[in-house]
Amino acid sequence: MSIYRAHILLPIDEGTIQSGAIEIKKELEKRIEEENLKEEIKILETGTIGVIGKGVMIVVYPDKVTYYNVTKTNLNNIIQEHIIKGRIAEEVEHSYEGHKPVEKEYKNVGLTREQQRIVLDKCWKIDPESIDDVLAYGGYRGVEKIFSESISPEAVIEEIKNSGLRGRGGAGFPTGLKWSFTRAAKGEEKFMICNADEGEPGTFKDRLIMEGDPHKLIEAMIIAGYAVGANKGYIYIRGEYELSIKRIQKAIDQALEYNLLGKNILETNFSFYLEIKKGAGAYVCGEETALIDSLEGKRGYPRIKPPFPANKGLWQKPTCVNNVETLANIPEIIYKGSNWFKKFGTEKSTGTKVFTILGHVEYPGLIEVEMGTPLREIIFSYGGGIKGGKRFKAALVGGSAGVFLPERLLDVKMDFESLDESKAVLGSGAILVMDEDTDIVDMLFSILKFFAHESCGQCSVCRIGTHQLLNLIYGIRRGQAQEKDIDQMVKIAETMFDMSLCPLGQSLIMPVKSAVENFRQDFLNKIQNKNN
Amino acid sequence: MKLEDLRKIREKTEKDMHLRDGKARIKIVVGMGTSGIAAGARETLKAFLEEIEKRDLSDVIVSQSGERGLSSHEPIVTVQEQGKLDIVYGNVTAENARRIISEHIVNGNPVSEFVLEVKE
Repeated sequence: MSIYRAHILLPIDEGTIQSGAIEIKKELEKRIEEENLKEEIKILETGTIGVIGKGVMIVVYPDKVTYYNVTKTNLNNIIQEHIIKGRIAEEVEHSYEGHKPVEKEYKNVGLTREQQRIVLDKCWKIDPESIDDVLAYGGYRGVEKIFSESISPEAVIEEIKNSGLRGRGGAGFPTGLKWSFTRAAKGEEKFMICNADEGEPGTFKDRLIMEGDPHKLIEAMIIAGYAVGANKGYIYIRGEYELSIKRIQKAIDQALEYNLLGKNILETNFSFYLEIKKGAGAYVCGEETALIDSLEGKRGYPRIKPPFPANKGLWQKPTCVNNVETLANIPEIIYKGSNWFKKFGTEKSTGTKVFTILGHVEYPGLIEVEMGTPLREIIFSYGGGIKGGKRFKAALVGGSAGVFLPERLLDVKMDFESLDESKAVLGSGAILVMDEDTDIVDMLFSILKFFAHESCGQCSVCRIGTHQLLNLIYGIRRGQAQEKDIDQMVKIAETMFDMSLCPLGQSLIMPVKSAVENFRQDFLNKIQNKNN
Repeated sequence: MKLEDLRKIREKTEKDMHLRDGKARIKIVVGMGTSGIAAGARETLKAFLEEIEKRDLSDVIVSQSGERGLSSHEPIVTVQEQGKLDIVYGNVTAENARRIISEHIVNGNPVSEFVLEVKE
């Protein structure tokens, strides 16, 4: 290792970059090379030195002289005078005290860390209310490709199948396969539905897509409608999403004006119409058959399956229902090809996933990362760790009907298969982080209250079961329970899993069982009145 | 409309954007999703427009976008300057917006304390 005579520190922060620090660095390296000083002088990039408004700065050590407002012209002066002759370049503004670099890293901590964005790539770049802006940023390239290369609907489905895309609404059913069922179903009239009911507490990924890039959803619906053979599509948006509804409606109007929707799209033989249906805030309407009932104007009750919506859906006609995030992947897959998409994620869970990080973390918010990113990385690198430096206790993964994951399962990879192995689910991608002060019993109580309220009441197992569970946990919280009541809760949830009609009742087993298995002590404390 | 017309619009807008960028030195993009608006993005946007009008900055344009998921840092504003890296600011209240105009847009010194990210 060679010993350097002097070090030149070049602070790189947003201020100096704006003033041209990168060019100065290149120039500096070039000049040092020219003067044959490479063996003697070392150039170091540092963080900010806490001085702003002084342009590009360089600090020369060991003399501890800081030069301000360095330009290519006076840089030469500094090199000639200070570096070569060893005296201070008086003509350039400077100070003697020297500055210690301040540690500041905004690129590696928190939500600004590098992410792989496919679904949300344009969300903060474009003006969502301008179709021209969207076109200039590459919107509708998927539709353009299909019609200019005359790709058949079968080939579109084949491409989606090959991409390995799976439903992002929770169940993870292969999207291409779902499309092929609707395509193969007998019937003249078919429907395409987008499920934008996003009722899962703590999830807001679909809202971001609809607000930030509504045309992406319109484009995906056109492609999906073309593939399954539907001429009419519905976007079922929850009523509370006023801004989403406004922007989607505006996007539909603009697309109609540009003939991207309507009769004979872009003068082809394919016609497609889109309509928005506002949801009225029932959690159960996120289930696809209840959603279809609600669309028909009825009370949202889940239907008995089979027949599946692919054969008998809306108005008993073949129907395909997809989640917003699933659809948002479609245009890029069509435009860039399924092999491009397969490069992201794991072998069986391809692509990316949007996660909402909530609860006791430094930076609550939303990220899109590749499938298979470890939970620890999501919570600690993106979320910034536990708020206030406290200890991690549990994470509720997958929405309210998700699984309480204890610390020992923090390294689980977030994809369909790995989570399945840990008896957890990806669900809607909500990650609710709880610190050491959180009581799991209280947490489970609020979940059970929510489900008792949202149970539609159609099947008795769910209607009665949710209230039985609520009664038991009431007792436990008051300390008026016995230890066997804890196990009774799991038994009830198991019965509900076996007998309920729809996922609302079936999925309660996950939070109940995981809470009891992993945090039994919390329940015992309540019963023994230790915590009250 | 035909496929070719769509391509023409795409190309024309791309060109227009360059032209627009050519005239405008700086583009300020305010994140206007639900989280942004709830955190006060409308006031931020208004402050930018007021300040631009007051100072008669003819080479600055203001635009809107959706949100990007950094909910805890809303309202979020991106300053795009030709030939320079984009600077993303967080927690831009109306007051901070005025500081960004005076320190960054007018004097060219980004306000370090609000910067979340510098990117290409």
